[in-house]
Amino acid sequence: MIARDRISKLASNLVLLAIGILFVLPLLWVLFASINRTAGLRVEFPTDPTLGNFKAVLNTDTTYRPVLNGVVLCGGAALLTMVCAVLAAYPLSRFKTRFNRPFLLTVLFCTGLPITAVMVPVYGLFVQLNLVDTIGGTIMFMATSALPFAIWLTKTFMDGVPISLEEAAWVDGAGNMRALWAIVLPLMWPGIAVVLIFTFIGMWGNFFVPFMLLLSPERLPASVSIFTFFGQYGEPNYGQLAAYSLIYTTPVLLLYLLLSKKLGGAFALGGAIKG
Amino acid sequence: MTTTVAPTTAAPAQPSGRPRAANFLRMLPLSPAIGLMLVFLAGPIIYCLYAAFTNMALTGTGAADVKFVGLENFRKAFGSGAFTNAIWLTLVFTLISAIIGQNTLGLGLALLMRKSNRIIRNFVGTSVIGAWVLPEVVAAYLLSAFFNDEGTLNVMLHAVGLPGQDWLYAAPIIAVSLANIWRGTAFSMLVYSAALSEIPKEIEESAEMDGAGGWRRLLFVTLPMITRAIMTNLMLITLQTLSVFGLIYAMTRGGPGTKSQTLPLYMYEQAFSFSQIGYGTAIALVMLAIGAVFSLIYLRGLNSEAA
Repeated sequence: MIARDRISKLASNLVLLAIGILFVLPLLWVLFASINRTAGLRVEFPTDPTLGNFKAVLNTDTTYRPVLNGVVLCGGAALLTMVCAVLAAYPLSRFKTRFNRPFLLTVLFCTGLPITAVMVPVYGLFVQLNLVDTIGGTIMFMATSALPFAIWLTKTFMDGVPISLEEAAWVDGAGNMRALWAIVLPLMWPGIAVVLIFTFIGMWGNFFVPFMLLLSPERLPASVSIFTFFGQYGEPNYGQLAAYSLIYTTPVLLLYLLLSKKLGGAFALGGAIKG
Repeated sequence: MTTTVAPTTAAPAQPSGRPRAANFLRMLPLSPAIGLMLVFLAGPIIYCLYAAFTNMALTGTGAADVKFVGLENFRKAFGSGAFTNAIWLTLVFTLISAIIGQNTLGLGLALLMRKSNRIIRNFVGTSVIGAWVLPEVVAAYLLSAFFNDEGTLNVMLHAVGLPGQDWLYAAPIIAVSLANIWRGTAFSMLVYSAALSEIPKEIEESAEMDGAGGWRRLLFVTLPMITRAIMTNLMLITLQTLSVFGLIYAMTRGGPGTKSQTLPLYMYEQAFSFSQIGYGTAIALVMLAIGAVFSLIYLRGLNSEAA
């Protein structure tokens, strides 16, 4: 019995290790290639490491402007999403009306719609409204596409805040918005941070929306500019591509670490998502 | 953050019988969200319903005067080999990368992690989640390198004496499916880890005492207990996979030829490379319909579970 247990433990460790190695190999490529003078397509340890690739891409056109654009776009959109989601979640979480259930079902239904499919008509709408190639329009659309899930998640967190404190505030004559601002929000900062970071990470990696709605090179965020720099003409410089990918990925990696800290380990997010 | 049963939640007992105006005021904070969703989500979908039945285009006759063409776009679509090819590839892509790949691998990882050594568990968890957090285009480039003729995969195959090839040319839809498995498995792994952690230990232990072996325990005890998580996860990753664009576009552009041109890429090509907005929206409508059907099944599943 004991021996069998040992063998099954060993087997599951070995299988896990094999899967882990398959997952880590492409990630290793980007790490090694970024400091390799003559980076190719395979994982190889650089014999003569250099920071030249980073120096080559750290300039306004390649890195600084696209990253800043990404911060403005995704930061603005994530904040707009958050404000709307908190405002919407409050009545949904606190008051029972006939309107709640159909609205929540609609929200849940919208989380399932493929945003990709909406992009052609959205482009048409943007042409009509003169919003193509505007940062503001793109922010509003990005915020809207993230809203259904954010409302859902925010309401889930808000339901966890007991209502008794607010009831006391209402008795004292505080309005709903005051109660939300002074009592509910301070009690759910971790939840707010989770929704905000999760929304931002999703937007930071999104390629299709800015690719469709923005045209001018000086407005493109990092997710699109990486494609236009390295994907357009033949054989790219792999070392520079890897270095740039690392720079572009770093913010979301840091945010993810923050997120898993807030949630007490990476695995709590699954519970949040299951809703 | 444990499971909260959707979508019935304990709302506080409010004194009922308030005047309508007060009710309306209380619902007012919903307006920014509703406004945005009306303009940027409902608006485009309604626009879809109109444009899909016209010959709208960015250039040529459809640009100057937009005419109703009835079901012409749909007739054209279902009669065209390229559209059928795109539907077919989308099904293959969804089946291989989501339903079989991400789902099974995610579940397998979550199960194996329960009885593995902590260092290995952390190493695997970190690499799988690392792949998930990467921006879409970065993931596409990493995997293009991996599947390339001179890439790491072939180095490994040569090492064990197998022939290699440029996978992006030889089997593009398989390569992008594997890429999507690499990128998306973390989500399923997280969902299943959370679900498994909620199964009371006693249940599995008592099954073990009764002499149920590993596989039988899995089939008759563990899996039935996480049915809800399985359904939810399948639904969510199916919907996500249906609309994958950037990963495939950056890896293959839908090529070589149309060998990896799934529905989103076909739609993009028709609407923007060929300027056929009307036809493009008709395809978008087909995609939305597929998504809506899945979404409804998903809602039903959640509701019946919640009841």
